[in-house]
Parts: sequence; structure tokens; C-alpha cells
Amino acid sequence: MKELLVISGKGGTGKTTVVGAFAMLADNAVVADCDVDAANLHLLLNPQVKEEHAFHGLPRVRIDRDVCTSCGLCLEICRFGAISPEYVVDPLACEGCGVCVRLCPAEGIIPQERVAGQWFVSETPFGPLVHARLNAAEDNSGRLVAEVRRAARAIAKHQKRDLIITDGPPGISCPVISSLTGIDLALLVTEPSVSGWHDLARVLELAEHFKVRTVVCINKADLHELMSKEIKRRCYDRGIEVIGSIPFDEQFAQATVTGHLPIDDKSPAVTALYDLWEKTYALLMQEKPS
Amino acid sequence: MKLVIASGKGGTGKTTVAANLAVTLAEMNEPVQLLDCDVEEPNVHLFLPPLGTTDQTVRSPIPRIDPVRCTLCGVCVQICAYNALATAGDHVLFFPEMCHGCGGCAHLCPEGSIAEVERSIGTVLRGQVHGLELVWGRLNVGLSLAPAVIAEVKRMAQPKATVIVDAPPGTSCAAVAAISDCDLCLLVTEPTPFGLHDLKRAAEMTRELNVPAAVVINRSGIGDKRVHAWCQENSLPILLEIPFSRQLAACYARGKLWVDEFPEWKDTLRRLWGQVEEYAHERTARH
Repeated sequence: MKELLVISGKGGTGKTTVVGAFAMLADNAVVADCDVDAANLHLLLNPQVKEEHAFHGLPRVRIDRDVCTSCGLCLEICRFGAISPEYVVDPLACEGCGVCVRLCPAEGIIPQERVAGQWFVSETPFGPLVHARLNAAEDNSGRLVAEVRRAARAIAKHQKRDLIITDGPPGISCPVISSLTGIDLALLVTEPSVSGWHDLARVLELAEHFKVRTVVCINKADLHELMSKEIKRRCYDRGIEVIGSIPFDEQFAQATVTGHLPIDDKSPAVTALYDLWEKTYALLMQEKPS
Repeated sequence: MKLVIASGKGGTGKTTVAANLAVTLAEMNEPVQLLDCDVEEPNVHLFLPPLGTTDQTVRSPIPRIDPVRCTLCGVCVQICAYNALATAGDHVLFFPEMCHGCGGCAHLCPEGSIAEVERSIGTVLRGQVHGLELVWGRLNVGLSLAPAVIAEVKRMAQPKATVIVDAPPGTSCAAVAAISDCDLCLLVTEPTPFGLHDLKRAAEMTRELNVPAAVVINRSGIGDKRVHAWCQENSLPILLEIPFSRQLAACYARGKLWVDEFPEWKDTLRRLWGQVEEYAHERTARH
């Protein structure tokens, strides 16, 4: 079984559109949406939810004032500034490390179990989809990503599917790292703008750091031809292959409105996506270069 | 006034609105600070490169395990909420990208074999540009501690300045760190189902944080009218609509500011600021 991750660093470059198209073109894949903050893939794939599971965040704490002796130890050891001098816990600052719970001499700090989101297993016309929703203002998105990936792997194994296609989150931090570990190939979707390149460079660094095999595709490539060329040159200099360029297509911008990707068209953008899919699939299925 | 520009979905135009607005305000002779809190992918400095910058390192503690005193009892592995420690054969493995620096392992090791050492997790940079002070953070690649770097960027805010904060996308801890304690949040969205879906989540987050919110619709003209309808139902005022235009997109792609290439944008943004101030005032009066 192979795992493909589609990420971009910068948001809004077209990751979800690419993953949506790949989901439609793949024969035997499980699709996973790991952008748990802003999960949008379900808007393209019309899923029917089959299973819903609660995601438990790290327990935040409550101080039992009847037991608390106001000794001040928790205030001193909390690294996140989550406890006020009045011994009230700020739930938004608490990172759930549990150190205060273990160290309180009066045993007056109680961890609060709580649901921080949900994850779903769905059926779509194109195969199974695992997706999730992290509640607003929550942390631990990396752990929810790990949960989604675990479920996707289990389904792939059970249904003998040879590929997991994952839509990743923007940025380079915990949910991205959690999406990246142990995958076979990362496809980086960028756009020809100064921000697009800057953010791509940070993700390339991240992929190098975790020793993940990486290829690049430039979306909306014709919006700034010169910058597209420049990105290709810089990728070449770093030994990274640019395996596709997708022209800007108004229809794709509209596709997110209708919830239907015009994948049966013969437009230049669709042709480019077919081509990108074939190249990506071939890379995934070939033996890893030693 | 501390105004934060945020969005659930990435790539909606937060940075563009923040940078162009801050420059417009600086020209009105206000002391302006622009804080780029997207420390994973900071972009404002690409549009507003300061001539000279000062920088300072952001640090966070990590454990250092003394292999001689360690008895491999496994307490540290068991208590680490972030799975940053694991036992492997005759030693304890440490995964630096998972560590939040809570200090639990050092406090609770029964052998006292864990000391803490400081490591660099990022950088805060500052410089003068276009009549304002730009402060931005850069998280080191391979780490998860964006909120800690964001907190350091926000500590640079001057009480007397007009502060514009550019938030990271999403609705989890990094966005929370950028948005909490601001006076007003402008949510930038686009009029598509993706935009609407993520706007709903972002609005929920601002309610949770008790920060009043208003909306800017970017790329107006693509998509549909459902964002408008939803904003109306939920009493979220739409303060500005930016039409979709290849010209504006091209200007952005080259790393240029709209207000420099199309000066009429200054009037639009001055009007936006007037509405922001009025709305913030109204909200404060009501509470």
C-alpha cells in the first residue's frame, strides 16, 4: 500500500481541487482529508457518512477550590501561563500536559475529559473517504490527523486498496508534520507568486528534514509565466522535479460552487490534471530509488 | 486599537488586506505596527521588505537525559502527553518535533536524570518599512511550537500604536494565539462553498474567544451569494467586497502592494478603517 500526500505550505493554491480530481481518477484508493481545521474535500466528493467517531483532545484541567491549599506550585510550574493567581484555569491557554495534575500536593487539580472534534468514515462515488472536524479554537490537530491516517490505513488494508491519497493542511507545523511522517511521496502544489515560492521553499525544507520523497506541481501556472519559470529553475537547482503545470481555469474556480469537478471536459486544465495523475501514480508505484 | 485579519481557509487574501491597510494607515500619520503572526509561512515581508532588521531568537526548553543515571523505568515516556519520548532498547529516544516544553519529564523523573536545556524554536524580526514598524515571526522548520513564537511577536505590540495582526489560517491553536486579546477580527473569505464552510468555523472561533468579528469578501463575483446570506442571518457585517480581478491577482503575484500600483485603493481602505473603528466602538458600547 502506498501513501500520497498533497500539501502546499501556502493556503489556497489548489490542493483540495487536485486531490478531488485524483480521487475521481484513481481506481482503488482511499481518500483522507487531513486539513482538519478547514476540511473541504467532502464538498467535492458528496460523501455519505457511514461512521462517526468522537475525537478526545488532551484533557484540560479544573482546580477544585475545596481541596486547593493555594500553595502556588501549579502557578510556578505551568509553562503555558494557564493558571491565574486566583487559581482559575484558562482553558484556551492550557495545553493539556497534565504536569500540574501530577505535582499538586493536595491532589486538587482534576483533568477534564472532553470531545475536541469528530472523525468520519464515508462512502463516495469514488471510494471511501476519511475526514474529520476539529472543533473551533482547539489544539492537538496533529493527533486528529494521526487518527484519520490510522483509520484510512485500516480501511485500505481491509478493502485491499493499494493507495491512500491525503489532502494535507497548510503551513509547516504539527498537523503537517503528522501528515508527512512515513508517506511514500509528497506532491507539493504551488502557485506562481512570490508568496507561493517562499512558502514552497519552507515545505521543501520540511520534506528534506523528514527525508520524504517530493515532487512539485505549479497550479494556475499561466497567471504569471515568468514566476512559473523561475519556480521550475529553483526546483531544478535543488534537485526537485516539477512534474506538472496546470493552467488557470475559470471552470475549476466555479467547480467548488457546484461541487462538481469538470473532469470529463477536454479543457487544457483537465488534460494537465490527467497527465499529473499519471506521472504521480507511476512515481508511487515504482520502487523507491535507493 | 488592535485589529486582527484572519480566515479559516488559507489563500483568501489575509496578508494582502493586512499589508495594504497598514500602509494606508501609516500614510495617515498614525503610528502603525504590522505583526505577521503566520509564523509557519510569514509573507508580509515579501511585500514590505524592511531595509534593516533586528532579530531575536525564541527559545523553549527540551529534556537532556543523563544515560548513566537513567534506569529506563519509562515514567517520562508514560507521562509525556505529546509522545515526544519512547524507550528503544537501552536508551530513551527523544523526538524534538513533538516536544511542547512542558517540563513534565524533568519534574517527574524518579532518578533526577533529566535536565532541561534551551533550544531555539524560531526568530522574531523587526524593521521599519513604508512608515510603519513590521514585526514578524519565523518558526524553525520541523517544529510544532507556532503558538510560542506567535506570543513573542505579539509581545512587541506597543500600547499607543495602531496594531494590525496578520493571523495564520485555520481555527486551532496558532490562530487562537494570534486572535485572542485583539479588539476586532476581520475575517477574509471568498464567496464559494469552501469559503463559506471555513468562514463558519472561523466565526465560531471568534465567538469562543469573545472577539467581535466582521467580514471582508475577496474575489467577489466568482461563486455564489450564500456567504452574503449567511452573514446577514448571523449579523456579521460585510465591511468590504473586493472584486475578482486578474490585475489585482497579478499585482499580488509580483509581490507588489495594491495601494502602490492602484492608488484609488487607499480611499477604499480608509473607508474600511472608518467602518472598523465605528463597528469596534459600537461593540464596546454595547458590552
